[in-house]
Amino acid sequence: MTSLSFDNMSVHYADRTAVAGFSDTVKPGEWLCLIGPNGAGKSSVLRAVAGVTGHQGKILVDGAPLTARSSRRRAQLIAYVPQSPVLPQGMTGAEYVLLGRNPFVSHFGSESTLDIDMVSDVIDRLDLAELATRDVDTLSGGERQRLVIARAVAQEAPILLLDEPTSALDIGHQQQALELVDRLRREHGLTVVSAMHDLTLAGIYSDRLALLHAGHCVAHGNAEEVLRPETLGEFYGVSVRVHRDDDGTIIVVPNRSPLI
Amino acid sequence: MTSSGTTSRTAHGASRWWIPGSAVFLCAAVLGGVMIGPAGPEWWRVPLELLNRLPFIAIDSGMSEREWAIVWQIRAPRVALAAIVGAMLSIAGASYQGVFRNPLVDPYLLGVAAGAGLGATIVITVNRGGTSSWIIDPLPLAAFTGGLIAVFVTYVVGSSVKSDRSSISLVLAGVAVTSLTTAIQTFLLQRNSDVVRQVYSWILGRLSSATWSDVRLVIPYVLASCVVLLLHRRLLDVLRVGDEEAAALGVNVDRVRLVVVIAATLGTASVVAVSGLIGFVGIIVPHAIRLIVGSSYRMVMPLALTMGASFLIVADIPGRILDNPAETPIGVVTAFLGAPFFLLILRTRQAQR
Repeated sequence: MTSLSFDNMSVHYADRTAVAGFSDTVKPGEWLCLIGPNGAGKSSVLRAVAGVTGHQGKILVDGAPLTARSSRRRAQLIAYVPQSPVLPQGMTGAEYVLLGRNPFVSHFGSESTLDIDMVSDVIDRLDLAELATRDVDTLSGGERQRLVIARAVAQEAPILLLDEPTSALDIGHQQQALELVDRLRREHGLTVVSAMHDLTLAGIYSDRLALLHAGHCVAHGNAEEVLRPETLGEFYGVSVRVHRDDDGTIIVVPNRSPLI
Repeated sequence: MTSSGTTSRTAHGASRWWIPGSAVFLCAAVLGGVMIGPAGPEWWRVPLELLNRLPFIAIDSGMSEREWAIVWQIRAPRVALAAIVGAMLSIAGASYQGVFRNPLVDPYLLGVAAGAGLGATIVITVNRGGTSSWIIDPLPLAAFTGGLIAVFVTYVVGSSVKSDRSSISLVLAGVAVTSLTTAIQTFLLQRNSDVVRQVYSWILGRLSSATWSDVRLVIPYVLASCVVLLLHRRLLDVLRVGDEEAAALGVNVDRVRLVVVIAATLGTASVVAVSGLIGFVGIIVPHAIRLIVGSSYRMVMPLALTMGASFLIVADIPGRILDNPAETPIGVVTAFLGAPFFLLILRTRQAQR
């Protein structure tokens, strides 16, 4: 099990600062969910960890700075499911999942039978056999998402990053995808960091929430501490009600403006 | 286990026979290439004589020494050069399409063709009297150098623009360098209109003057280039998910792109230097392969070598017999044969879906 910490981490793009001095420690096996309005810097945090964009400050994996590692080694530790993954036309599901083995294949080598067996095992465990031979270009949103998660699982990385894993899915597939991540987290002790828009789902599945606004972390804690009407009102500019179910589930419901 | 079977089948090929099959086709094309021609021995004597030349085999093919010279000194180097040029342009085209993730890209994208054209124009202009008295023919050398310089300028300009989409700025830089180089070439030609015809015939591309020394000239570059490109076939598959995801999967995207571009450019510049600009091969062959066997680079790259070589050998045959002795330029034949062939594959493929 692997921990992930941020020490005053910032992400700058050419014309703006996306993340300003983010500090946090995600404990081994913990699920941290980043919430916040569009453009708050959630995706940038994930992209920095995935090595897709540069950063200042420190990102530490098990206490060692990420920048000290090669991109291959980093990919062995961190699997990244982007917001809108590219599924190349003409690639089968099995070939797509096999891409997850890239960090373990030597530069000019090809996958061993071990890699191929491992991929078919992942495909079996995630119940994707019927997608394995299909062109990924022809899959539905839910099928794509399961396949992308399968690729991340095949990567065998102890840290899993999910950028809006459910934004394109209906409620059934949202639940299916998040249940899958939750199951994998428990089975493999994965450390998960996700960015999510649906506050109720974020509260249900994660251990801890961090609310970002304009690149700053403005609130963090468990669902009950972060998902409060005043906090959400201030940073999302919305009017919401927050219900607390008998089992402790926090439900966020928007208020409709009164009819005049 | 069911999915174990499906994984290995999809990853490595229900189409595993395509590579040996295409190699057999290439051998047939080579044989056809040395058998057919306007002058020389009757066609059926050629395979017999080839067998005769092998050690421990003696067959009387009834071929005269003069006829054998036609086969070995005129047709054979031409077939060999066609194979090398076709293979190189096809695999370079496939590689460029892979690293730029753009199906319309050809190996001339970053300015190789324009640079080589300018180099050739300069030599032809300066050295009107002909180059036969030189120890080294400066024409291919100038074309080769011109092509490499143009791509180098493109790369320096393109990668100096620091953006998230470096491949786009590289392509744009290629367009700019190509038009600048073409402008200089046009200016030179306008000042020296007496060489226009000579330059034009160089640009159209030809294999007709091929000799064994041309083959020897390009083979080291082409071999090195093809080996490097073939080694990158798996990485090209990883790049298909985009720069960002490939980087997240542990690929050093910029380095892979640079190495592939260098290798493809070196090979392309060397074949352009001896054969001129033979268009269409670098786009049509990789696409035909994708339409037939799918778009995995593990299949596309080796098949680009064999099918590209076969395609250019076959495309070179009508040119020699149709319009003898004033031959049709090979670039015209590739477009003339390639376009309908490509449309045919496209149509049958869509009908299957």
